[in-house]
Amino acid sequence: MSAQTQMKVSDEVAISIDKMNKWYGTFHVLRDIDLTVYRGERIVIAGPSGSGKSTLIRCINALEEHQKGRIEVDGTVLSSDLKNIDKIRSEVGMVFQHFNLFPHLTILENCTLAPIWVRKIPKREAEETAMHFLEKVKIPEQADKYPGQLSGGQQQRVAIARSLCMKPRIMLFDEPTSALDPEMIKEVLDTMVSLAEEGMTMLCVTHEMGFAQAVANRVIFMADGQIVEQNNPHDFFNNPQNERTKLFLSQILGH
Amino acid sequence: MSDTHAHAVAYVRDTMLPQQPPPASEAGAVKWMRENLFSGWFNTILTLVAVYIIFRLLSGSLPWFLGGIWNADSLATCREVLDGATGGCFAVLTERWNQLLFGVAYPNDQYWRPTLAFVLLLVAVAPVLYPKAPRKMLIFTGLYPFVGFWLIWGGTIFAPLVGLLGFVVGYLLFKQVERQSFAGGAALAVVGALVTWWAGGFLVGAAEGVIALEPVPSRDLGGFMLNLILGTVCISLSLPIGILLALGRQSDLPIVKWICVVFIEFIRGVPLITLLFVANVVLAYFLPPGTNFDLVLRVIIMITMFASAYIAEVIRGGLAALPRGQYEAADSLGLDYGQSMRLIILPQALKISIPGIVNVAVGLFKDTTLVSVISMFDMVGMIRGPILASTEWNGVYWELWSFAILLFFVVCYSISQYSQWLERQLQRDHR
Ligand SMILES: Nc1ncnc2c1ncn2[C@@H]1O[C@H](COP(=O)(O)OP(=O)(O)OP(=O)(O)O)[C@@H](O)[C@H]1O
Ligand SMILES: [Mg+2]
Repeated sequence: MSAQTQMKVSDEVAISIDKMNKWYGTFHVLRDIDLTVYRGERIVIAGPSGSGKSTLIRCINALEEHQKGRIEVDGTVLSSDLKNIDKIRSEVGMVFQHFNLFPHLTILENCTLAPIWVRKIPKREAEETAMHFLEKVKIPEQADKYPGQLSGGQQQRVAIARSLCMKPRIMLFDEPTSALDPEMIKEVLDTMVSLAEEGMTMLCVTHEMGFAQAVANRVIFMADGQIVEQNNPHDFFNNPQNERTKLFLSQILGH
Repeated sequence: MSDTHAHAVAYVRDTMLPQQPPPASEAGAVKWMRENLFSGWFNTILTLVAVYIIFRLLSGSLPWFLGGIWNADSLATCREVLDGATGGCFAVLTERWNQLLFGVAYPNDQYWRPTLAFVLLLVAVAPVLYPKAPRKMLIFTGLYPFVGFWLIWGGTIFAPLVGLLGFVVGYLLFKQVERQSFAGGAALAVVGALVTWWAGGFLVGAAEGVIALEPVPSRDLGGFMLNLILGTVCISLSLPIGILLALGRQSDLPIVKWICVVFIEFIRGVPLITLLFVANVVLAYFLPPGTNFDLVLRVIIMITMFASAYIAEVIRGGLAALPRGQYEAADSLGLDYGQSMRLIILPQALKISIPGIVNVAVGLFKDTTLVSVISMFDMVGMIRGPILASTEWNGVYWELWSFAILLFFVVCYSISQYSQWLERQLQRDHR
């Protein structure tokens, strides 16, 4: 794993995961995960279905509980202490496959809710911030609509804006484009690329290998709950080492 | 023909068709009747039978309504006036109007108090029922329980004031400590409120008769007023309790969960009428002798428990219908449990639950008539007891029961119409 140090973007550690294990009942989903993410790094996580990618990034903001090992996010160690968990969650943004916007609130309210209630920011200020980010994801004109009135791609961009409104230091993406029609995938990926260009620390589970090649500093390949291979995108795609990686790449790029 | 087939495979449209109005067909009532009433021999027979039944019903009841007597002082006078003609004896309604509404014992010169309380109730519920009403009105809604209590039960104004003060003290204490610890704040609030009420009890005792309305004891309440009081109080109490029970049942804390499950399952497993008998008789065993634990209060507790168990189950269904993603999104934004429930989960779950909640509310309102069985004189108790048993009106069944049915129907139908209106208002996601 010496390659990891070459690719770091800054010396500051954003996330460090140390010998982390997780079980669902008796099923060992994540096994001895070691991972250090540096500030400003863009990491793409790939792997076959069921390999534990979602579970891994959901452990980072404590949506899932890990049973063994240590996770430290932004200097805070994840424990069962609710205060720590809420603190980490407010620093870490998360974008879901199915957007998970709040259907009973307008787009603007979706974006201002957490800043107002968690960060205790005055409503006016929160709305200004929200409009700023809605402009950035290019849908300020939809601010007063409800999520049900937007297309999938627009909803996902709102979901990204909603996370950004909390001014997170780290963003997690769990297959943000896999519930979208092909023509909408690009608009969401564009948003993510511009986010990456601004130096956001990002962990993305995605099957968009073009995105990985374009913006990732590092690609991590998982299988059977383990990190099987990680490398910079160029070497990862052109010179995979592990048999599982080769097989996966041939399947996903082969046709 | 086969030639055209070969050509038809490749096809390019060169002119676009303009919009056209739908074909005009025979319009109006005749068409509607043919389609809906006489579309086949079976349908035609059904229509004719229905028309005949409606005719018989109307020809039987209309003369009874129209020929009704509204002014008489007893059934005998009624019969005399009618002199063999068909007609209802509605005079019982006019003569016993006040009793039907307020019961026998409520002081006659104080009827304005429950009437005013009822009018104010409409003002108080407006901002709750109509989201567009000015938010400032909610202040009045918050004060209404105390105003309403004072108007109906009377006594010194200090009793409801002390009651209000207890809540204010509790709230202020809670706000002080909330930041540090939610549970600590809640506990402190309860203690603060209890102390205020305990201390205020002396004040109320000393101030008896100061700025007072004529006190009316609970056993003097009756008539439709009693149904309305029980209905409003129990519905407004059982909704928040039901929400708490539903959340408790989903809780990760085993003890909380266990208590809620046992409570809900037990209450749902027994008939309301038995709970009312318990309230009437058995509760007295458990209380120290000499304590006068208000009967209406006991009944309110029982009906509220009963309704909240049902509402809890309805809301649990609403909670279960929400996708997990909503919980996860709320969590991932850093909202704590209280915030995510209040801002994200409950608004959606309650919206889904509206039909079920209304169902329970309507049922509860009708069930308030069961108190007549434990010899309280609500509307039904009034009719069955004092009115039908009186020498003047013995035997006026149809008129009285039709009136009771009409009154309950109007209230329950309004609730149901309101809920449908509310559902349309909240229709937001176009899915
Ligand atoms: N709540 C759960 N209870 C039990 N097993 C689970 C649960 N969630 C996931 N699993 C199992 O854990 C394994 C890893 O799941 P995970 O969702 O992390 O996979 P993934 O890599 O994200 O797959 P995909 O590409 O299909 O999203 C799978 O085998 C799955 O069946
Ligand atoms: Mg997944």
